[in-house]
Amino acid sequence: MANEFGGLLRGLWTTLKHAARPAVTLNYPEQKRQLPANFRGRHRLYRHENGLERCIGCELCAGACPSQAILVEPAENDPEHPVSPGERYAKRYEINMIRCIFCGFCEEACPVDAIKLGAEYELADYDRASFVYTKEMLLEPEKYAPRRQLHLDVDVPRPEYTPGGKALGDLYGTYQPIRGSDEGVGGRGE
Amino acid sequence: MRRLRRSRKLHWLEAGLAAGLSAIVIFLLLTGMAYMTWFERRVIGRLQVRLGPNRVGVGGLLQPLADAVKLFFKEDIRPTQADWLLFPLAPAISLFAALAAFAVIPLGPIVNVAGVSVPGGVANLSVGLLYLVGVSSLGVYGLVLGGWASGSKYSLIGGLRAAAQVVSYELILGMALVSVAIVAGTLSLEGIVGNQANHLPYFILQPLAFLLYLVAAVAETNRAPFDLPEADTELVAGYHTEYGGMRFAMFFIAEYVNVITVSALAATMFFAGWSGPALPGPHWLFIKMLAFLFLFVWLRATLPRLRYDQLMRLCWLVLLPLALVNLLVTAIVVTALG
Repeated sequence: MANEFGGLLRGLWTTLKHAARPAVTLNYPEQKRQLPANFRGRHRLYRHENGLERCIGCELCAGACPSQAILVEPAENDPEHPVSPGERYAKRYEINMIRCIFCGFCEEACPVDAIKLGAEYELADYDRASFVYTKEMLLEPEKYAPRRQLHLDVDVPRPEYTPGGKALGDLYGTYQPIRGSDEGVGGRGE
Repeated sequence: MRRLRRSRKLHWLEAGLAAGLSAIVIFLLLTGMAYMTWFERRVIGRLQVRLGPNRVGVGGLLQPLADAVKLFFKEDIRPTQADWLLFPLAPAISLFAALAAFAVIPLGPIVNVAGVSVPGGVANLSVGLLYLVGVSSLGVYGLVLGGWASGSKYSLIGGLRAAAQVVSYELILGMALVSVAIVAGTLSLEGIVGNQANHLPYFILQPLAFLLYLVAAVAETNRAPFDLPEADTELVAGYHTEYGGMRFAMFFIAEYVNVITVSALAATMFFAGWSGPALPGPHWLFIKMLAFLFLFVWLRATLPRLRYDQLMRLCWLVLLPLALVNLLVTAIVVTALG
């Protein structure tokens, strides 16, 4: 009996102690969780330092895609004004984001490191057509990423993929939470 | 003849006063109950290392309002198997009993306004304690009838559990309160508060009765760890499984008003109610109630639900003998001291 009563008090003390801890909850739209560096979100297409697109239109990504979300229509490069360094380039490059399962096989299949999965994940939209991302949208995430969300904090700088050898962080500024919440910053050291 | 007319006039005045006071108290209870849900969710959130609702209004303070609006506009569903009369009546019985029970809780001292003595609560009955125990036990009819009238097995089991549990723990509750009443020598809650204000609060004189009352009060209000009638994991939602919208809300309000009432009664019976230094009456009652309300939430955040046999064993084999011994010793000592 005394033992059980002691157990009861110990339990009450345990819950009370927990009240002193900072809450693990993040006030989501205002505060965002730090993403792991290898997070697989919205795709990005990359360019060479000289401005040429890395994609050579080989369609290996489309072949690797398990949900057939990628459409590549290759075309011959004009030798005078090449779009990519190879013989061919992607005339059309579209990813249907409704079909995409974010497995990352496309980036593994790419022989020229033209496509990578970025960190943007708030991709909701109002109509189906707007989920088909075109080459322009994928080449310029800073312009086309939905609601301008860019998670540059998780972008490991890869100077070789950015124009002028600049890290993305230098180009777009570092990621800041939109505003602090009334609850204080939650989350314990990710 | 003249005296009669005068007393009749006084009656009308008193009746009007009582009606006004009940309106105020009911309004306070309903508001208090709404904010009890907010308080509970925020506190339980903190105890579980979460934040709790903080989106609607500053710090989530408008959350109860949003919940009320949502429940109010929900569809009124009546299952085909449900009893046409008792199904809508049951939540009303629960709510009525819960609201009526609070009437005798004294919120402050009796004041004289223009020759009429205005009680600190809605009513100052000489048998206030008896009234409170009696009316609050009416509430279980709502649970049992609601469980039966829903025409669902989960509801029925929940209702049966409610009946068995509330009847069993009523005994403990009653005996703990009777011990205090013997010491106080009165059943009037106003008188009990007065006695404590003049001498000692009864949790010092009757510590065992206080503990027994606490356990019984948690069981009476069907709160965790004695929430077997609702037992989400086994019975969906127990007696209110088939209820939705405002009918569900009435059960819900009744439960929370009951929690407030037993907290107020604990403060009144064992901690000298509204009396206290410096602050005027209702403030002290509020502070003491808040401590008990926190305890209720704290218990819910800590303890797992009892099994049915554990619940019954605790009542009949542990608490009942303790309550009987306490009652006996109290009665002997009080008689011996005259």
